[in-house]
This record gives sequence, structure tokens and C-alpha cells, in this order.
Amino acid sequence: MKYLDEYRDSNIARGIVAELGRRATRPWVLMEICGGQTHTLMRYGIDELLPAGIELVHGPGCPVCVTSLETIDKAIEIALRPDVTLISYGDMLRVPGSRIDLFHVKANGGDVRVVYSPTEALKFARMNPSRKVVFFAVGFETTAPANAMAVWQAKREGLKNFSMLASHVLVPPAIRALLSSSRNRVQGFIGPGHVCTIMGYREYEDLIREFHVPIVVGGFEPLDLLEAILMLVTQLEEGRAVVENQYVRSVTYEGNPLAQKVLAEVFEVCDRKWRGIGGIPESGLNLRQEYAEFDADRIFGTEGVTADEPAECISAEVLQGLKKPTDCSAFGTRCTPENPLGAPMVSSEGACAAYYQYRRHGMVAAKDIH
Amino acid sequence: MCLAIPGKILSSALENGIRVGRVQFGGITRQTCLDFVPEASVGDYVIVHVGFAISRVDRAEAERSYEALESMGLLKGELESDLEDS
Repeated sequence: MKYLDEYRDSNIARGIVAELGRRATRPWVLMEICGGQTHTLMRYGIDELLPAGIELVHGPGCPVCVTSLETIDKAIEIALRPDVTLISYGDMLRVPGSRIDLFHVKANGGDVRVVYSPTEALKFARMNPSRKVVFFAVGFETTAPANAMAVWQAKREGLKNFSMLASHVLVPPAIRALLSSSRNRVQGFIGPGHVCTIMGYREYEDLIREFHVPIVVGGFEPLDLLEAILMLVTQLEEGRAVVENQYVRSVTYEGNPLAQKVLAEVFEVCDRKWRGIGGIPESGLNLRQEYAEFDADRIFGTEGVTADEPAECISAEVLQGLKKPTDCSAFGTRCTPENPLGAPMVSSEGACAAYYQYRRHGMVAAKDIH
Repeated sequence: MCLAIPGKILSSALENGIRVGRVQFGGITRQTCLDFVPEASVGDYVIVHVGFAISRVDRAEAERSYEALESMGLLKGELESDLEDS
């Protein structure tokens, strides 16, 4: 139990693990949605602490990972224009497009910049009126209100040189798609704590009515996740399926109403293609008609761009919890964070990157033994 | 980029009609939109995602979460920016 010693309160962690051992009488497959949670699980070796039979699989909650290949290609096409400054979050630059990535565009003289907030992109547009500033906006419900706010503000100020290539995705439709699949193995979900900080967890009740699967909204610290796992196993062992909130420090039932308001003002629900998974109905957010003048896809005529995903990367199965990153023959050899084949190896929140960071040495050691 | 980091509000002012403040994350400060957390004021701790405070938390919780993120080496990439001047 080497990992437990690193916990803030290792006695509580030991207690939860022991309680799990008492309560779990049969195998259960649980999925965490959020890539940040995947990272904590790997860092603290939580999957290895659990009683035999409780399996954690990792969900599609890494926005960088699920942004479709054609959206990356659109961003690259726009970034190659000499009159454009394309601005995005840092992780997006190394996501492979069909031919190149945004980092390649930047390295070859393209004006591609990294920000930590969309408000910085807005500020850059104000200060550089001769540049066409495009913010490449990805993210789940956590990020979408911030991106919405940037567009709302641009419209209010009458900024003419700011636009957004938007590729937002929504968690509940993705869970619905996973549960509807005939290959689904997941019996309980750890809900994404920061998505629910914005959205609350009312909408997860519909999923439970439909599929009778327990969902526990969880935080991001190791004890949060152990507690969420215990709450899920308790429900499963008792045959119950309800939404529970482990992350009460940040999440309320209703969520953040002000963030929801700007989200609804600027965006509307649309169908969305997810990298590795395919199309999911009503699983994305696009700019409303009233904000069409800020739609980079429309301004730069990239609506028709399409792309086929390479077959060699198994990210589709990883993102659906059907396979582990270490099941991939390219893992850690032909696919590394420096030279990724697929997006889950790029983002620090991607499952493959988390396994690479925390598990590859163990793999090598295990191989050496044989 | 989907992480959220707890920090302490150092200042608060209106800028272009938006409530913004400097928020401190360990040794780094970043300009942060405070419009989604009207209940939070200077000295309070908030959880910040891509430059927007999304909820108010207590100090002990904020410090614990920050240490957890720092120990996982996740903070640097999250606050990375070509444009921020601080």
C-alpha cells in the first residue's frame, strides 16, 4: 500500500479501502468521465488499491481528445492564413490533424498562440485590429460558459476582428451513447465534478430513469474519488440507482445559474462528431444564429472540411472504456506524448498520457521479469 | 485545460462592464473573471477554470486541492499563456 502513505489522510483512505472490501461481494465496472479524475486515479494508484473485481475504466471526458479530426483540420486551415492569429489552449497545438498539427503551423511561421483564458484572446483582438483573431474553443460544460462570455462581450463591444471556431461537447449525451451501446460494460459512473459545478446534476436524473445506473458526482482529490467509488459500490450492492453528490464542496443541485445563463444566451445544442467515437445526437454546442457573425467556420468557409480518422489508434475503444491504453500495441513505443498517434496521448488529461506518465515503468519492469 | 484551480482573490474591479480580479495561485497571479461568483469578494477563495471563477470554496479546501494539483505537476500547463504579462 505504498500509495496510501502519500495521501493527505492515509488513515481515512485505508478505512475507505477496507470498507470497500467489506461491501463488494461481486465484480463491478465503474467509469470516471473526467480526464482530470483519470489523472488522479493513476497518480495515486487508486485502481490498484481497490478490491479485486472492482474495475475502473476511463471515459471520454478529455475535451482535447474528443475534438474531431476535421475540427483540428479546420483550425489548421484557418491558422495557415497570413491574416489570421489563431489562439487556443496549449494542449490543442500538438493534437495531430490529418497531415500536420497546429504546432507545425506555428513552427513554420503561422501566428498561433496559446492562452489560458478566452478573455486573453479577446484582449489581443482589441489591441490588434488589423489581425483576424480566431479563438479555437473546445471544452465541456465547464469551459463553454467562459468561451460564451468572450463571444457575448465581443458582440457587445462590436469587435469585428474576433471570431470563434467552436467545438463544445456535453457530458450527459455521451453517457447516454455509452449506455446505449451493445458493447457497454459500465455499471456505475463517477460524474464530472467541475462540469456539475456549472450545470448541477438535475440532468443526470433522466439518465438514471432511462438506464437504472448509479451516478456519483465526484471531486478530484484521491479521497474524493475513493469516497465516490465507495458510494457507487454501495448503491450497486444494494440494487439502487440514484444521483448522489460526493463533491458537495463545489457542486449544488442547480449548478451555477449565471454561467448557465450566458451559455444559453450564446450557444444552442447541436449534433456533434466526437473523435474516436463518431456522431452523438445533441451532444455539442454551437453559436446561436444571433452570434453567427462570430462563427469562424462560416467566416472562413471551412464548413465542408471532412476527414477520416486513422485506423491504427485504438482511442475509440479507450474513450468508451472498452480497452485500456496499455492494450494498444503502439503504447509507449510508436505512440508517446512527444510523438502521439492519437489525442488521448497528447493532453495531460488523456487516459493514454496518464498511463504513460505513471504506468510505463511498471510495464517495462513487468516485461523484464518474463 | 479542463482542470480547475483554487486561488485567492487579491483584487476586484469592473473592466469593460465585467467584474475581474487578480487571483493568486501559489506564486502566480492571473486576471480572472468574477462574474459567475457574485458572492465572492477580496480575500475569498474560488475555483478557477480558464480564467473564470466558477465556485467559491473555503480556504482549507482550496489549499488542499492546490497541493494535490501541484503534486501531480498539473499547474504549469494549466496556467500557460503566450499573452499573459505577469
